[in-house]
Amino acid sequence: MQTHPAKRVTIIIEAPMERRLRQTLEEADVTGYTILPVLGGSGRSGSWSREGQLGKAGGMVEVICVVRPERLEGLLKHLFTMVERHIGVVTVSDCEVLRAERF
Amino acid sequence: MDFLDLALSNLGSPLILAFVLGVSAALARSDLSIPEAAAKFLSIYLLFAIGFKGGVSVSQHGVDGALGASLVAGIILSATLPLAAFALLIFMTKLDRTNAAAVAGHYGSISIVTFVAGTSVLESLGLESEGYMVAVAAAMEAPAILSALWLVGSGTEKGARLDSTLWRETLLNGSIVLLVGSFLIGMITGTEGLKEIEAFIVSPFKGVLCLFLLDMGLIAGRGLRESRGVISLRLLLFGLVMPLIGSTAGLAFGLLLDLSIGGVFLFMVLSASASYIAVPAAMRVAVPEADPAIYLTLSLGITFPFNLTLGLPLYLAVASALTGG
Repeated sequence: MQTHPAKRVTIIIEAPMERRLRQTLEEADVTGYTILPVLGGSGRSGSWSREGQLGKAGGMVEVICVVRPERLEGLLKHLFTMVERHIGVVTVSDCEVLRAERF
Repeated sequence: MDFLDLALSNLGSPLILAFVLGVSAALARSDLSIPEAAAKFLSIYLLFAIGFKGGVSVSQHGVDGALGASLVAGIILSATLPLAAFALLIFMTKLDRTNAAAVAGHYGSISIVTFVAGTSVLESLGLESEGYMVAVAAAMEAPAILSALWLVGSGTEKGARLDSTLWRETLLNGSIVLLVGSFLIGMITGTEGLKEIEAFIVSPFKGVLCLFLLDMGLIAGRGLRESRGVISLRLLLFGLVMPLIGSTAGLAFGLLLDLSIGGVFLFMVLSASASYIAVPAAMRVAVPEADPAIYLTLSLGITFPFNLTLGLPLYLAVASALTGG
């Protein structure tokens, strides 16, 4: 089966920033992405858990998107301006996709 | 009403004991937990029930000038209490300006659960209050956020991000929409409407509140367990002193507005309480440099339990003594 190289960008960010992150992705012409709830974790800002959250403030979400390699730089520039001041992690990894025209 | 009697009966109530159970379980590292969706449902139920009952009460007693005056008083309190909290934090603690402003915002806004627990205390003593206090609670949620952002912006280079999305999220946050919406439904449908859904929103109310307070206890206990080293003795003192200052301001406004014992008491409760839903979410977006562990632990781990256990009876005893009840 023919596969095509792509970049998988994963952003773990504070739940209150979700709407803004979606806006940023759309501004960067990334129309395909997936948002996942996160159970909990620990980092520089201490530990947190989804359990018993009264509001969005303490929660995190994970956003995954896959783009063509040539679009990665533009997307990261957009993302950086938004996530710079916030708690979270942005990772980029190589992946393969079956239908390149979709990305 | 004697403070000691009120305090003892409050501390022995199922509501407080459920909260204590939650805190103890979390501190003992039990795996007891309320699933996120269940907690969300409990909070929707409580907000709807309290808003609806407030609306019905207003429909029975009619709308008068006191409602408008109380709303304005609530907005003034919410906007100015952060300034007092900020001054106190700078004076009392070594907190930097950004964190002090973020914490201050929490103390102008309100904790709806403390308010609900306050109405429950009034109900158990057979005391009435102005139904529109629910609307005052909703009005007090947001102004404090603006004051906090102004405090941050006035002293730092980066400032706070106050964009249209944040405005919308703040003014239309789920709690405010549900509280105001159910208040209006209660006002429109009145006693007849209440009869139709009474079995659902009146009788189970305290039981649901117990479960919600159990969850609050678990969250507060977990927060306290994980916040070692974050809260200094001075910050702890602030978390106990600020509600007393807030409640005194609420008392002054309540007396000025010539409210009933219940109304004055609820004004004190609202002014004494600190937010842990609307303000933290706004601060995460607008002031990400502020440490959430500080403001969440202070409002949820220190001020909320204080208000719930000792604050409520204290405010009621004072309101009762000064209104001649």
